[in-house]
Amino acid sequence: MIFDPNVILNHLPEIISGTGVTLALWIAGMVLGILIGFVVATLRRYGGRLIDLPLGLAVEVLRGTPFLIQIFLVYYGGPFIGISLDPIPCGLFGLSIYAAAYYSEIFRAGYASVPHGHVEAGECLGLTRFQIIRRILLPEMALIVLPPSVNLAVILLKESAVLSIITVPELTTTVSAIGSQEYAFLEAIFLLAIIYWVIVEAAARLGRLAEARLSTFRFAAS
Amino acid sequence: MSFKLFSLLVQASVWTIGISVISIALGFLIAIGLSAALLSGKALYRRPAEFFISFFRGVPLLVQLLLIYNLLPFIGLNVPSIVAAIIGMSLCTAAYQAENLRGGFESVPKGLIEAADMAGFSARQVFLRIKVPIALRLTFPALVNEAIMILKSSSLVSVVGIIEITRMAQDLASSTYMPIEIFSSAALIYLVICWAVALAGRYGERSLPGAAK
Repeated sequence: MIFDPNVILNHLPEIISGTGVTLALWIAGMVLGILIGFVVATLRRYGGRLIDLPLGLAVEVLRGTPFLIQIFLVYYGGPFIGISLDPIPCGLFGLSIYAAAYYSEIFRAGYASVPHGHVEAGECLGLTRFQIIRRILLPEMALIVLPPSVNLAVILLKESAVLSIITVPELTTTVSAIGSQEYAFLEAIFLLAIIYWVIVEAAARLGRLAEARLSTFRFAAS
Repeated sequence: MSFKLFSLLVQASVWTIGISVISIALGFLIAIGLSAALLSGKALYRRPAEFFISFFRGVPLLVQLLLIYNLLPFIGLNVPSIVAAIIGMSLCTAAYQAENLRGGFESVPKGLIEAADMAGFSARQVFLRIKVPIALRLTFPALVNEAIMILKSSSLVSVVGIIEITRMAQDLASSTYMPIEIFSSAALIYLVICWAVALAGRYGERSLPGAAK
């Protein structure tokens, strides 16, 4: 295999745009996933059994089935119940819901990690439930929640490659298309692997940096 | 949805389970070598292992499968796509399992190893009788999790044309125009398999020696 740099240089704009779509979907999916996941974990904690059971079941289903099947269900099944989504919104929807299921479990473990006495102390001081969540639970669980959240972020970035199967114009779709267009499959896929590798390593390092910063901050504060 | 369609999906699950079981087993064997290289303390062994692990954990499985699927014929190995799929899945899970095993070996309490030394165990005995059982005990839950991940990830081998659950579901959905029923059934089958593995894992964990009763 002779690696021809022109294959890449000629298609640089498409590669950059594909990378952009991957990064945008990843970040948007992650942010939505964290928000929905947090709401789900909070509802499951305070909403009573009637809310906890169905939400728990939904989380189990999302965590127990492949992301690809979930995407197929939304993309091919959606139109049959009147929801026709283009690949990008469909991908974003699927990714955020998938992320939310895993994030909700992370937040649930985070809630459980805060000693009950701290919550009681807050109640004794007359704090409202919302204040207890914001002032006591969230700051205390931040350090517990961060490492699995970083792991999950990395998993989501890699999982987003699956969206190429429903033709979302992200990195995998774009670079594989260039590969078949130029008859350079292997070069294209190596390039793809390297781009993902660099982004994943960068994301993981950034996450570790955030953990280190947060833990020194906690030590300084206590 | 008819029973016949559902039974086709169930039949296809044999491929899903088969690929997953073989990949987990092969991956475990590779992972033992990788974790030994990581813990050997020699850069000559450690560095390549670290590189392997970083690559297979840093690249999406889909891209790895495409890479191996295209690379094997290129280097002159014309293997059936099922072999390419199993190679890809095994290498990927090996990277994750190796990290788990390394963590397990590192968490074996030093005092136990010293005690065995004092009792006159040879290095080999310390390894086989102390380190391996404790490390396996510590990494067993992670191994069960990894098995479940692999079961779900095996849906990606549908891309290289293997008729497992996902590919069967895709084919049936496009021929019957019943995507909701078919993909939901496929999801249900995955769910049942994953639950069964999780349940078996919990049972196995309890029956392992040294388990908290």
